[in-house]
Amino acid sequence: MDPVFLSRLQFTATTMFHFLFVPLTLGLSVLVAYMEIRYARTGDEAYLRMTKFWGKLFLINFAVGVVTGITLEFQFGTNWSQYSAYVGDIFGSLLAIEASVAFFLESTLIGIWIFGWKKLSRKAHAVVMCLVAAGSNISAMWILIANSWMQHPVGFVFNNGRAELNDFTAVIFNKFAILQFLHVVPAAFALSAFFVMGISAYHLYKKQHIDLFTRSFKIALVFGLIASIWVVVEGDRHAVHVTETQPTKLAAMEAHWETQTRAPIALLTIPDEKHERNLVEIGKIPGALSFLGYHDINAQVKGLKDFPKKDRPPVLITFLAFRIMIGIGMLMPLLTLIGLFIKNRLVENRWYLILMMIAIPLPYIAIQAGWILAEVGRQPWIVYGLMRTADAASPVSAVQVISSMVAFILVYGLLGGVGYYLIGKNAAKGPEPAQAV
Amino acid sequence: MILQSIWFFLWGLLWAVFFITDGFDFGVGTLYPFLGKTDRDKRVMINSLGPLWDGNEVWLITAGGVTFAAFPLVYATMFSSLYTALMLILFALILRGVSFEFRGKVDSPAWRMLWDTCIFIGSVLPAILFGVAFANIFAGLPLDENHLFQGNLLTLLNPYGLLGGVLFLCLFLVHGALWLTMRADGDLRQRAEKTANLVWPVLLVVAVAFLLLGTKTTQLYHNYLAHPALFLVILATVAGLLGIKVFLVKQAYCKAWFSSALTIAGATFYGVIGLFPNLLPSSIDAEYSLTAFNASSSPLTLKIMLMVVLLFIPVVLVYQIWTYGLFTGKVTQEDLDLDEAY
Repeated sequence: MDPVFLSRLQFTATTMFHFLFVPLTLGLSVLVAYMEIRYARTGDEAYLRMTKFWGKLFLINFAVGVVTGITLEFQFGTNWSQYSAYVGDIFGSLLAIEASVAFFLESTLIGIWIFGWKKLSRKAHAVVMCLVAAGSNISAMWILIANSWMQHPVGFVFNNGRAELNDFTAVIFNKFAILQFLHVVPAAFALSAFFVMGISAYHLYKKQHIDLFTRSFKIALVFGLIASIWVVVEGDRHAVHVTETQPTKLAAMEAHWETQTRAPIALLTIPDEKHERNLVEIGKIPGALSFLGYHDINAQVKGLKDFPKKDRPPVLITFLAFRIMIGIGMLMPLLTLIGLFIKNRLVENRWYLILMMIAIPLPYIAIQAGWILAEVGRQPWIVYGLMRTADAASPVSAVQVISSMVAFILVYGLLGGVGYYLIGKNAAKGPEPAQAV
Repeated sequence: MILQSIWFFLWGLLWAVFFITDGFDFGVGTLYPFLGKTDRDKRVMINSLGPLWDGNEVWLITAGGVTFAAFPLVYATMFSSLYTALMLILFALILRGVSFEFRGKVDSPAWRMLWDTCIFIGSVLPAILFGVAFANIFAGLPLDENHLFQGNLLTLLNPYGLLGGVLFLCLFLVHGALWLTMRADGDLRQRAEKTANLVWPVLLVVAVAFLLLGTKTTQLYHNYLAHPALFLVILATVAGLLGIKVFLVKQAYCKAWFSSALTIAGATFYGVIGLFPNLLPSSIDAEYSLTAFNASSSPLTLKIMLMVVLLFIPVVLVYQIWTYGLFTGKVTQEDLDLDEAY
């Protein structure tokens, strides 16, 4: 087998697995910090129990997220050495900045948070959680700046046979990065809100710890409502910028073959990649794709056929990822809005509680789909327009990559299984009686 | 030239700090099945690392990140050449990290045994493999004119590489045992002290053998012979090594631990200074070596990164030292009773 393909597969598997845990870290850290601030300010024991309960789930999730992140930093060297040598001048520095500015902060302070309950004052301990939340989110920012440089490279010159930095501010204020950050972070917040609402719904459904979980639910509801609307608004702005910077991604995500003005979006489409057409297109909304890409229903949208075949991303995966992301993304504000109207009668509305329990995995699916859209939609480029994925791999053998990939699947399978088992077990068990602090 | 040289030594410094900080974690994790006679002993051992290991591990991420940023070609060559060794290290670190968190979460002996095993493997494997990897870098890797690695995992398992593995293991065992003399109580503390005394002579012999074998298998001494003042670094390392024993006898454990830290830093810099300006010397032809000058990033990137590092690493040091300050005493029953404790 082709080592490049295997390395891609391995990178996909390890990134997606890591990204199962990261979004919850980003959002739940903020929610736990908020609960603990409330406790530090009011001294209300209920907030302490909330902090401890959600904190415990946070820590299990955090542990798996942290350890699987190490792999990603080193995989650029192990599996993508051509890439690393070619763009390390820019890309490598962003990863190094992430480690020294943000990752140190969250990893050091999480230890203090776990073990420092009796060593710090209530307020100081709450501040530590705020710094963990800040560290996690700043870390996400630098990673997204790095990823955005692969999506839309800026601020570089070709020199010495590689891409070299010539404008650092252009790289960190890359518009792509700002828009991506403003889209991914609320998505992670919304995911965390649904996580908290879903688990709270479980306990409310069983009519246990009603006060604690009603409060948790309401906090998450406000957070989730803002985040899930924010994610849609930013998604729209992001789409316009993607159209400008990555026209092939836009065309692929709607399986748009022919260049046309007033380009439509069909409600049901079945793409036929081989014959460069769509087998089925039902319920066309004229001008919808033009509007999505240009905020103008009459705009001309370039079709896939007008790009050389070798420059097109895989259409079906990109297309499906986009549909799944959008579908769930639209559902989430709706679910939170319903919650807003019945927030004082949650226990009575048992159907809603069931709905919110079922909804826990939805944002996970949406955020993974969004990531697939971003990464697969960028293909065949590892750095859009600059370097092809096929030219980026290491001179390692297929056997080496297969061995490491099998090991990853086994180890990550174990981690994922155990991690979610422990999260589920502790979530179902409910809060402990409060310890005096 | 100056910028690249500064980065070369910063690179060495970051690795040294990583070995000093995560080194005692590896040591304690390796001693874990041997010194942890009871479940309480075991919990004291991992809780003595609890608040610190995660922050310590970030020094590895930073060392890796800085290699990527400052010397992209070295990062690309080093990690693709040492593919299997590095993957083994990564798996070990992954398992070690989650084991701390998972171990106490289910009350079953079989469950604990699973994660106990992972803690041991996750600590002993990186301890040895980092030693093997660095000894091979000191000696040179078979890199061809395109910086392609002409070897495999077995190439690395040569006598000098293996001796490096044993050296690092001994360094970390002593370092970890000394850590426990400070943070554990009663029987466990005594066993830790005994272990430090037991491993120390082995470390001494291995270290001397490593220095001597280095004269034959490496070019490290060229720099020392050209600038004899540099031998002071080796002297300082030896002083650290002897200091461990002296302070152990005086039962000044904290000083003994710092001597051990000095020894680890010295061992790293012994190699780094000898290597300069090579980052990855080629054993096929010196022409093919990757150096601080032919493998570095652009001056602009080096300058920006230097500012970032000079600005943020001191901040990191401040809050890490604060953290260490919070958790220096003995691990108490109160610590173990904490809901969140390991």
